[in-house]
Amino acid sequence: MPLLKDNDFIDDTWQRLDDGAAIPATGDILVSLARLLADFGKLSNRDGRLGVEFPNEERPGVLESFLPDLSLIALTFPKFADGRAYSQARQLRQLGYDGELRAIGDVLPDQLSFMLETGFDAFEVTERFPEEAWEQAASSISLTYQSAAYQPRRLHVWRLRWARDEGV
Amino acid sequence: MYRYDEFDHRFVSERVAQFRDQAARRLSGELTEDEFKPLRLMNGLYLQLHAYMLRVAIPYGTLSGKQMRKLADVADKYDRGYGHFTTRQNIQYNWIKLEETADLLQELSEVEMHAIQTSGNCIRNVTTDHWAGAAADELADPRPVAELLRQWSTLHPEFSFLPRKFKIAVTGAPNDRAAVKVHDIGLRMHQNDAGERGWEVIVGGGLGRTPLIGYTVREFLPETQLLSYLEAIMRVYNLHGRRDNKYKARIKILVHELGEENFRAEVEAEFARQKELDVEVESRELERISNYFAEPAFETLPRLSTGYEAARAGDPAFAQWVRSNIAAHRKDGYAIVNISLKPEGGIPGDATSEQMRTVADLAERFSVEEIRVSHHQNLVLPHVKLDDLHEVWKVLAANGLASANIGKAGDIIACPGLDYCTLATARSIPIAQTISRRFADLNRQHEIGPLRINISGCINACGHHHVAHIGILGLEKKGVEYYQITLGGSSATDASIGTILGPGFSGDKVPDAIETIVNTYLNLRQGGDDSFLDVVRRLGHQPFKEALYAPA
Repeated sequence: MPLLKDNDFIDDTWQRLDDGAAIPATGDILVSLARLLADFGKLSNRDGRLGVEFPNEERPGVLESFLPDLSLIALTFPKFADGRAYSQARQLRQLGYDGELRAIGDVLPDQLSFMLETGFDAFEVTERFPEEAWEQAASSISLTYQSAAYQPRRLHVWRLRWARDEGV
Repeated sequence: MYRYDEFDHRFVSERVAQFRDQAARRLSGELTEDEFKPLRLMNGLYLQLHAYMLRVAIPYGTLSGKQMRKLADVADKYDRGYGHFTTRQNIQYNWIKLEETADLLQELSEVEMHAIQTSGNCIRNVTTDHWAGAAADELADPRPVAELLRQWSTLHPEFSFLPRKFKIAVTGAPNDRAAVKVHDIGLRMHQNDAGERGWEVIVGGGLGRTPLIGYTVREFLPETQLLSYLEAIMRVYNLHGRRDNKYKARIKILVHELGEENFRAEVEAEFARQKELDVEVESRELERISNYFAEPAFETLPRLSTGYEAARAGDPAFAQWVRSNIAAHRKDGYAIVNISLKPEGGIPGDATSEQMRTVADLAERFSVEEIRVSHHQNLVLPHVKLDDLHEVWKVLAANGLASANIGKAGDIIACPGLDYCTLATARSIPIAQTISRRFADLNRQHEIGPLRINISGCINACGHHHVAHIGILGLEKKGVEYYQITLGGSSATDASIGTILGPGFSGDKVPDAIETIVNTYLNLRQGGDDSFLDVVRRLGHQPFKEALYAPA
């Protein structure tokens, strides 16, 4: 599946490691939460970056002590209408995580801007939609009324007003 | 009233353009119906039994004469010349074409209106006291906060795909007219001994299949912490609310399953982690919004109006209407006019485009251009001089809008029911119509006194039957519609859920049953001030059961 990052389709260099599989000596690997908890010592002392696929129903707080060693966290949308991962993303960013936050599962253009605003910066997407559809979806609304976005892309209406009224 | 600035205008225009593109992609087949459905729902567009239905937001039930006139134009141009005011202070159009919806939304945006989040599993239109800013008992006008919530909740990136829909109601008065205890979140303003204002935060109320009264998760939340606290509640709900069964997905079920104490602990822990909301920006925005809701330039008037008193003395029909439809205003010489959309035999909440224009004219001439929609499916002119009441009444009467039945037996709330709705199991509107004909005699309605009859056409309870003094629930068994009756509900300050009286009735027997219940009450009451609800609460269901189910 193509990986969308910074408005571009890029190659996914991460390797998904099955729970029973041997840990490769090099390369970036993405593991399950169970594997992370079981083998963290080995996983974090090797030549290559570490990522975790984090389940939908778990509390992001369980990752807190692992965050400095993680370069990728993949959050799941089992169906696009299941919005738990939006809150998980916000919580992870609140915990100070600043590595790649990847949306996987049922990721569609019409939800892209919500994902960007809550802290996702990479998207595993289907080939159904052309690149322009994603670009357009992310930019169709230029303003937001919420102030807490991670790396905001839209302009925050309340701050714009503040600037206008101050004559800035 | 709130007015859009350039940013609000730009936001809504972009939203319309976005919907136009989404609808085009659906019509071309690029989007599947499954993918389009949540997108159209977040713009208030439902697919009903016969056509698309569009629900237009009337934020916190406040609108101007100009906006009402636009609603009338929309009814003529895109529908069949009428609209239906809802229990969530919105308006619905029942005969909409998908191809025309973007144009309709474009027209609405010209008068600062939209259909954003009138449906879908997101934070819905915020509702409030329909007498806000006018009521004599009010601590403060709740509408600035309601507008703040409207903006904050609009396309909220984190809370647009919740487990289920989410409804917030706000009141700034001690007498609850916004039903805050039966909403997902209810906010009630209090003032402490130091004179500071804060919010009582009530969570987990609701009707539907599992009617519950909300519980107070915070007694007194400082005003400046409101959005952070709401974000904490919403996040707990978004993460932990059930998604395996849509009938158990509302926040009330989460509260119930976690228990009140555990739920509170979750929210407070999340609240403690909320550092990022910019309180300063929020307070400035609230202050900016509040300026729009500054008190209108009321005239200094005497408490009594001789012209008004003379009209009341000389015109019994007017006097009767005054008794039921006029409420006390905070300013001397002014009154709140409640316009009943419940004429005898009519469809509760329906108004023709001509009636909408009549109300728009009256608002502009006599009520500082303001109109409200009440969750009882009526309209309100909030600021009318006593001197003008007789003239206003005459215009209303000439347009079929002067039914003197506010809060009486004829003031029935009813959902659209099986005549329109895909979810309904029985008809609601014809039942409302026959009951209203049965109680057509206004003198009798006034004699009976305060009585709230609500009708829902299925257990989803859009007609709020659980909080009616007499609730009627339409069900279906083996292809036959029948109706269950509940007694003793209320959505007021002392909110309660009504309970089932006994076996149900077929539709044609319902008016007789209601009449028997009412006559039983009249026989039992101790004087005219002893209301129906008082009697039910004092004596319980037994006397009513005996009267209703006694062998003939």
